[in-house]
Amino acid sequence: MDATHESLAAHPEHGEHHGPGPNTVFGFWLYLMTDCILFATLFAAFAVARHQFADGPSGHDIFDLKYVGVETLLLLVSSCTYGLAMLDAYRNRTSGLVLWMGITFLLGLGFIGMEVNEFSHLVAEGHGPDQSAFLSAFFTLVGTHGLHVTCGLIWMVVLMSQILIKKNGISGPYMNRLMCLSLFWHFLDIVWICVFTFVYLMGVQ
Amino acid sequence: MKNRISRWLPGAGAFGAAFLLGGCQLDVLDPMGNIGQQEKSLIILSTWLMLIVVVPVISLTLLFAWRYRATNTQATYSPNWAHSRPVETVVWAVPIAIIAVLAVITWQTTHSLDPYKPLTSSRKPVVIDVVALDWKWMFIYPEQGIATVNEIAFPIGTPIEFHITSDSVMNSFFIPRLGSQIYAMAGMETGLHLIADKPGRYFGESAQFSGAGFSDMHFNAIATTDAGFKGWVDQVRHSGRNLTNANYSAVAAPSEKVPATYFAQVQPGMFDQIIAKYRGKAMHFNSGMKAE
Amino acid sequence: MLGKLTWADIPFDNPIEMGAVLFMGGVVAVVLGLVTWYRQWPYLWREWLTSVDHKKIGVMYILLALVMLLRGFSDAIMMRAQQAIAHDGAPGYLPPHHYDQIFTAHGVIMIFFMAMPFMIGLMNIAVPLQIGARDVAFPFLNSVSFWLTAVSVGLVNISLAIGEFAQTGWLAYPPLSELQYSPGVGVDYYIWSLQISGIGTLLTGINFFVTILKMRAPGMNYMKMPVFVWTALCTNVLIMAAFPILTVTLGLLTLDRYLGMHFFTNDAGGNQMMYVNLIWAWGHPEVYILILPAFGVFSEVVATFSKKHLFGYAAMVYATISITVLSFVVWLHHFFTMGSGANVNAFFGITTMIIAIPTGVKVFNWLFTIFRGRVEFHTPILWTIGFMVTFTIGGMTGVLLAVPGADYVLHNSLFLIAHFHNVIIGGVLFGYVAGFNYWFPKAFGFKLNETIGKWSFWFWLSGFYVAFMPLYVLGFMGMTRRMNHYDNPAWTPWLEVAAVGACMILVGIVLQVTQIVVSIRQREALRDWTGDPWGGRTLEWSTSSPPPFYNFAVTPHVHALDEFCDAKERGRIAKHTGAYEDIHMPRNTPAGLFIAVFAAIMGFALIWHIWWMAAFGFLAMVTTFIVRSCNDDIDYYVPASEVARIEGEHERAVALSLANARVAAAVRA
Repeated sequence: MDATHESLAAHPEHGEHHGPGPNTVFGFWLYLMTDCILFATLFAAFAVARHQFADGPSGHDIFDLKYVGVETLLLLVSSCTYGLAMLDAYRNRTSGLVLWMGITFLLGLGFIGMEVNEFSHLVAEGHGPDQSAFLSAFFTLVGTHGLHVTCGLIWMVVLMSQILIKKNGISGPYMNRLMCLSLFWHFLDIVWICVFTFVYLMGVQ
Repeated sequence: MKNRISRWLPGAGAFGAAFLLGGCQLDVLDPMGNIGQQEKSLIILSTWLMLIVVVPVISLTLLFAWRYRATNTQATYSPNWAHSRPVETVVWAVPIAIIAVLAVITWQTTHSLDPYKPLTSSRKPVVIDVVALDWKWMFIYPEQGIATVNEIAFPIGTPIEFHITSDSVMNSFFIPRLGSQIYAMAGMETGLHLIADKPGRYFGESAQFSGAGFSDMHFNAIATTDAGFKGWVDQVRHSGRNLTNANYSAVAAPSEKVPATYFAQVQPGMFDQIIAKYRGKAMHFNSGMKAE
Repeated sequence: MLGKLTWADIPFDNPIEMGAVLFMGGVVAVVLGLVTWYRQWPYLWREWLTSVDHKKIGVMYILLALVMLLRGFSDAIMMRAQQAIAHDGAPGYLPPHHYDQIFTAHGVIMIFFMAMPFMIGLMNIAVPLQIGARDVAFPFLNSVSFWLTAVSVGLVNISLAIGEFAQTGWLAYPPLSELQYSPGVGVDYYIWSLQISGIGTLLTGINFFVTILKMRAPGMNYMKMPVFVWTALCTNVLIMAAFPILTVTLGLLTLDRYLGMHFFTNDAGGNQMMYVNLIWAWGHPEVYILILPAFGVFSEVVATFSKKHLFGYAAMVYATISITVLSFVVWLHHFFTMGSGANVNAFFGITTMIIAIPTGVKVFNWLFTIFRGRVEFHTPILWTIGFMVTFTIGGMTGVLLAVPGADYVLHNSLFLIAHFHNVIIGGVLFGYVAGFNYWFPKAFGFKLNETIGKWSFWFWLSGFYVAFMPLYVLGFMGMTRRMNHYDNPAWTPWLEVAAVGACMILVGIVLQVTQIVVSIRQREALRDWTGDPWGGRTLEWSTSSPPPFYNFAVTPHVHALDEFCDAKERGRIAKHTGAYEDIHMPRNTPAGLFIAVFAAIMGFALIWHIWWMAAFGFLAMVTTFIVRSCNDDIDYYVPASEVARIEGEHERAVALSLANARVAAAVRA
């Protein structure tokens, strides 16, 4: 069957005609909007449960703002380094892209590591998600964000490996994927700012 | 044989029969109290209002489909007629007008029929605390100090003030011939005000599915005279059994088809305790059984 | 090793369930056997299982929906039979444990696995053709969506054989659905099958939204889009906005059940009212997700068979958009009796009624489309007229239920059941069946037998009235939904009549199946060579039936609303004479099928707490996705010469059939 069909390479001018292309980024952006609704629903659930301590601790008892501040800083800086990675991608400089992406990955990993540490301490102290509705909502909202960040980290590894293995520069589809991951990463930053404000800052009062 | 046929007859006139057949007992449209009366008139008024548009639409659909059938070449055919300001104005205006009227009616009746609104009456209301259990209703009369399962009684012409909660899953407390229903939910208290005008023994049920024994979760609602109510209370008071914290868990344990049961005395504050116990820390459950 | 799963979970002791299991297993075995016997696996694999062609995916969606219609209807007729006999102390033949699963499964299957696949199937077949596109925006995702839906159907049906289904009602209100009150695996089957198919639906929403926005043929601006495309667009907006809420709601229930959290529990600050609010914040838009495309079908059908422009196109579009927006501010009308204040209840009651305005305008527009038309009574228009009468009654009872004061006595009664079947059968199902009859010749190249189709319609319509009008009466008699047995002798005759109605609907369904079988056997007689069997108005009728895999050899240019009709009237249809161009098409891939199968393995393992298998399913799913993303060879060009060959072949076949017809006519003469 393939023999009757010419290869795609013969039609460079049609590369964006159909299938991948701007539609991919637009589609991904739409997915992020649905993710926005997902987080909005989780925030709503948190708002309902935020004072339901059930004799357990409140945010004031368990949150360490300095610690979370460092976490926040890591994630915010990682957004900047991702931006720098994208600048290199636009100039088709693979090495610069991989370097900045590596730094972004480490910052993201640091963020996730700190979050896991925070969670495990809470569980060890008996303040697990099964203690109260407040803790259920806290673990779920923050954990869902953490899961998204983890997915982003895996995605980074996969994308970097693909770009390094293929060795033919940053071609159309990979640029699209870098764009999508970029949208994703900045989106998670924005969500985190909301988490930091509504969960932590307002929670310690 | 004749009996069988007469049993089938109602089906012949099923459509619209709700308003036509006097023979069948339409509980909701034959209310025995003021709240139910108002709800019945509301249903009938709203239906008439909507029929103003529904009847023409259905008749015109059938009429147009018949008149403009392809084989009827006598009828006018205007294939490009797809817009008409007067027609479009009318088709927007008529529904808007009817909905506007209905909206006003809705706003007023939703407030006047608010289940939380106490009924105005010269008589002091009878207070009944209602607890939905698996799968029966427990009633506490805090002023009389008595409790029952699956049976209540109250004097006619006297407002009844229900305080409702659940010690299990969500249920809905409903006496069709008296009017409104309201959910019963654990850890929360909802309220309902009803009144009965005529004496009788009315069917009470749960209108919200609550599990395996749901279908038999019925109770008797006895509307009676003042004297009848006193007699009923006395009967309960002489039943010999008490409801205490000790035997409450036995009463609350899941059971089906529970007959009407009386408790001569009830431990004070039990209703509030049932609500309050969900306010504290997490209870732990093993494979669906409640640990005390 | 196998988590909670033991031999005792297979209901050997329940003859009804085992009978159903053996029957379904038998059917599956026969189908697989036949495929093997006729050595059709390579064909099936190449042309269907790995296909990313929207037309084939659409056909598979609808096949799935029809099979699930049979399953969901079996549940329905069992319930009707139970309620007709279980009175005055008689327990009937279904104990509560079984009966409660049946009504839960009936609702879940009919909404999620009959109506949704049917709707998405129609969208798949019609939307790209109507906008003059060659495929959807993301063909691979389309395949993923379908297979995720298909494996979820598998999970629901496996629950019949292994374990149990939920006994909670189709929305699984907590705390009844919490571990404390539903310790079995039923609710877990419910959660994971909906969660997996929900992801598929969300992807479909994104896919079709991008398709409609970005892939319309040149010249087709928004106000030249067919109404079905408009309704599909709005439905996809609703899917994107509503399904994440469902995902979260089910996710939180999952966390309660699996990790002991307290979102909806009675204790520790859980709030069951939050679940009810969230599930209806998805659930009410869901109703419009289902009905809007049906409205779209009616709009196409009524204009085509009245031989007339749709009356008030612009009003139709604005009405659709306003319904889309309003559908998000009415959810509380599902629980006026929860005890909100009068202001809140009145607000939601009035917003609900306001939806009746654009809906009423739509009905009037269909009415005035028929007015001064030339109505040809083919099967699809019968369903449409049946809908206009039936839906109007359903709309009236719906507005009645939107009045909180009336809802206080009608809520959760059989009146409510009658109402929503009135709109879902009379609106959604009638619409989809109309669309099925309407687009079938486009998908397969031959029409469905109309005689049987019309008989089926009349049985469905009359069966509907006999089955559901008694339920309105029973609602007034105070009978609530979901009763396994009852002691009120006055209810019995009405329930017996309803059971007769269900049997009439059964005849209608049997006739539908017969219609398909007979039509396939008579396909040569029913063949349509023109590609335009109904005198259609929109672009899908401008290509051959079934369309070539690339849909259009030359991308159409759109000049008018109802482009194809306009082109026919103005003589703009010219035979293509110039050269063809290469056509860019996606390659088939089995990745969607694999991802979905691994998702199902994960779901099954999570239901039974088989953690190693869940981890395997999850990792395999992610790995498949990553491997797929490493494949750069996902599309190809169909050379112009190949396009010319296919088009030429089709033209010769058409010419030959016309010549044959002439000869046959001459011989007869």
